[in-house]
Amino acid sequence: MEIQDTKSTLQVEPRNEEKIKKIWKTAAILLAITVAEFIMAFTMDRGILLYSLFIILTIWKAKYIMMEFMHLGDEVKPLFYSIIVPLIFLVWLVIALIKEGSDIFLMRW
Amino acid sequence: MSAHSTAIGVSSKRGVWGGGNEPLKASYGKLMMWFFLLSDIFTFAAFLISYLAIRVSYPAYAGSAETFAGSNEYWPIPELVFEAVPFLHGVHAPLVFVGIMTFILIASSVTMVLAVEAGHRNDRNDVVKWMLWTLLGGITFLGCQAWEWSHFIHGTDAGSVLTYVNNLGQNVTETVFGANLMVNEYGPSAFAQLFFFITGFHGFHVTIGVFLLFLCFYQAAVGVYDKRGHYEMVEKIGLYWHFVDLVWVFVFTLFYLI
Repeated sequence: MEIQDTKSTLQVEPRNEEKIKKIWKTAAILLAITVAEFIMAFTMDRGILLYSLFIILTIWKAKYIMMEFMHLGDEVKPLFYSIIVPLIFLVWLVIALIKEGSDIFLMRW
Repeated sequence: MSAHSTAIGVSSKRGVWGGGNEPLKASYGKLMMWFFLLSDIFTFAAFLISYLAIRVSYPAYAGSAETFAGSNEYWPIPELVFEAVPFLHGVHAPLVFVGIMTFILIASSVTMVLAVEAGHRNDRNDVVKWMLWTLLGGITFLGCQAWEWSHFIHGTDAGSVLTYVNNLGQNVTETVFGANLMVNEYGPSAFAQLFFFITGFHGFHVTIGVFLLFLCFYQAAVGVYDKRGHYEMVEKIGLYWHFVDLVWVFVFTLFYLI
């Protein structure tokens, strides 16, 4: 039996500096948004405005993670939409359960 | 044999979905990982939205932050619950430790995407280097979470005086320290239950992720992927690892900020 050759036959390509730069840029954006959330948590009054801002910033961060880190933006459109479109159901779930929760609140107190 | 000369005989009249080609331009493994993640998004979304629903069903703490005391009558302010840092006993440092944890997880996501990029270039040395950093980040995050849980369970020095129904069915008023699934010194029992359940489920995902990362790191290091001819496994495990980070972003906002 032939001894298996562990040496690679694959051609190693040079680093794509532009791509790597984009990765670090995305990382910097994620970090900046998190720092902004931190500052807001201690400087703004608690309430609907602050909570809405937190949710918007979180979805913004999620967008960067999915599009840049998970490369969903680079996939073909049918794949992209088959992942994104089902998430519409969550919009209903958020509205339904928050309504439910506030009704329970009214009954309890 | 090319895809266009199969036994069925694919004619050019067949559309994109007529078979004989890859309409989604992604491999089987990658597609299945995406659809698994989609189902997992729904699982986590159900948990987190239930958290929101239970949270709005309790009154929020209305007084000033200086006079805050834990009670099962109202939902606590997270920054007054999560304010401890290891080795700094008694120091009030709101959200500092969880901020460090968030930073660690985002950093490990960055090193993961760098490993994927190296995989595209078939660069074994870079893949191994970045996988090792990612692995380190994952293990550090798990260690931090273990400390966070331990502190949450043991509680503060002072505790809080609560009136609740204990496991013998008696209505008692006593000082409660820390948290369990029955009662906790921070807020309503649902607060600790949701904390354990959701961060626990996330931590379980991180644990699985660390195993997968190690597998990937090992296989890359010994040259399995070179022999296989591609580094797609790095990409698939990368998708999972980014998902773990994605969920943490939402857990962080809902549990620690709102």
